[in-house]
Amino acid sequence: MTRVRATLRATPTMLRVGLAETVAYRVEFVIWMLTTTLPLIMLGLWTSVASEPGKQFAQFGEREFVAYYIGALIVRNLTGSWVVWQINEEIRRGMLSFRLLRPIHPFVTYAATHISSVPMRGLVALPFAVILLFSTAGDLIITDPALIGVLAASLLGAWLLTFFMLVMIGSLGLFVDKSTAVFDVYMGIFAVLSGYLIPLALLPDWAQSIARVAPFRYMLAFPVELAIGFYHARGDALRDLGVQWLWVTIVIAAALVVWRAGIRRYEAFGS
Amino acid sequence: MTALGRYLRLFGVQLRASLTTSMQYRVDFLIEGAMSIWWLGWNLVPLLILYDVRHEVAGWNFPSALLVIAWFTLLRGLMEGAINPSLIGVVEKIRSGEFDYLLLKPADAQFLVSTTRFEPWKVVDMVGGLGLALAAFIMLGKPPAPGDVLVGIVLLLAAAMVLYSLWILIVSASFWVIRLDNLAYLFSAVFDAARWPIQVFRGVWRFLFTVIIPLALMTTYPAMAMLGKLEARTAIAALGGALLFAAVSRLLWRAAIRSYTSASS
Repeated sequence: MTRVRATLRATPTMLRVGLAETVAYRVEFVIWMLTTTLPLIMLGLWTSVASEPGKQFAQFGEREFVAYYIGALIVRNLTGSWVVWQINEEIRRGMLSFRLLRPIHPFVTYAATHISSVPMRGLVALPFAVILLFSTAGDLIITDPALIGVLAASLLGAWLLTFFMLVMIGSLGLFVDKSTAVFDVYMGIFAVLSGYLIPLALLPDWAQSIARVAPFRYMLAFPVELAIGFYHARGDALRDLGVQWLWVTIVIAAALVVWRAGIRRYEAFGS
Repeated sequence: MTALGRYLRLFGVQLRASLTTSMQYRVDFLIEGAMSIWWLGWNLVPLLILYDVRHEVAGWNFPSALLVIAWFTLLRGLMEGAINPSLIGVVEKIRSGEFDYLLLKPADAQFLVSTTRFEPWKVVDMVGGLGLALAAFIMLGKPPAPGDVLVGIVLLLAAAMVLYSLWILIVSASFWVIRLDNLAYLFSAVFDAARWPIQVFRGVWRFLFTVIIPLALMTTYPAMAMLGKLEARTAIAALGGALLFAAVSRLLWRAAIRSYTSASS
């Protein structure tokens, strides 16, 4: 119980330090965020394809593509983090030992650092949100307060799911030399099954049914589709929110298991 | 024994050193090879979905769009195998001051930094790219004319030169602004757009990818040349643009070296 209280007491300080770090490296930070150009490239591609006469792509016209990809860009920017590299670097350089010495679980300290970068991320994503709201695609944005509530919960869920998935991949670095290679594979699957590369509705049916049960969809496509009004019934939205939070629980538990097993090995090295 | 001969020999030495290093990591070869093939298939997903619904996009049918992806894969293999590895290292050398030793060596510094590291395993990517090109021509049902192939290859070399020059520009900039390795990632992200024929983009995008970052020149033009669809005028303009890029990057590099004051001072 004292441990929980100590963690809570340290939280404001950890958040402040995290924010200071983000601000100190602001140029790098902005450049790093600008590397998420993929949605913009896809936006350019699909809008011009959709403007040509021909068969329609599922429910997607020009307006839907604009709304979808800007939404994807915003969600990706809000939920992304470099925690895989951070954990890898700390394992490689032995800095992890210092982190382990602190009387707070490393997951909490990692999470604090990355949560405090969210305001800055929001600032970078803001112009895109404004463009989205005031373009013709803005009409698609939901106005139902209940759905907006679900959207807020789904964004938090997407952040947690993404973050702890990455923490788990980073923790694999305690077992293998190159957990960044695992991350590459992960990114490949994520890009397609999360709807980052292409809206899931355009995938063939069998791929869509895989995407519906896999966790990736709940990191990106779910909040985006929710925001741009693809969910008409509140019940459907709530059901998917439930699935998302189920995945959040599973992934956090899995990350803890991998971390614990890995730390035992790490200490066995005698470093 | 001219300067050229000396540099050729030096190039051979550097290349051999990289090869020996890579040979120590043979397992990596298998992993990287498997990953390349995986990505090759993965990268085709948007193309397949697009052409499943439409037969033609902006005047490009499936096989000719595949040819653009083939050039893209080839060029990316070249970039990740022969251009990036050396130049990413430079940024770190400038930061740590190790760069001073390089300047002391009796050879051109730009040559030395550009040839320090190669990743021979990236050949797998390049072979994959050639395989895609072959598949594209089989689907088209007619082989390209020899003259067109020649123009295509010349343009691809020009594209490699532009890529290299862009990297030198990034590295030169890092003499003034330390830690620009993120900029390298940014470039790789933008370069991804080169897998699509430039005509597929409209307005701002087309302008950006033709003039500011000449992606059109890198993959679309060589592919059009191979298809015999490129006008001679465009080809010459592309070559001229590539040479201009190379000249500007060389000048900026020299300016950067002149202003370099080492890490400690």
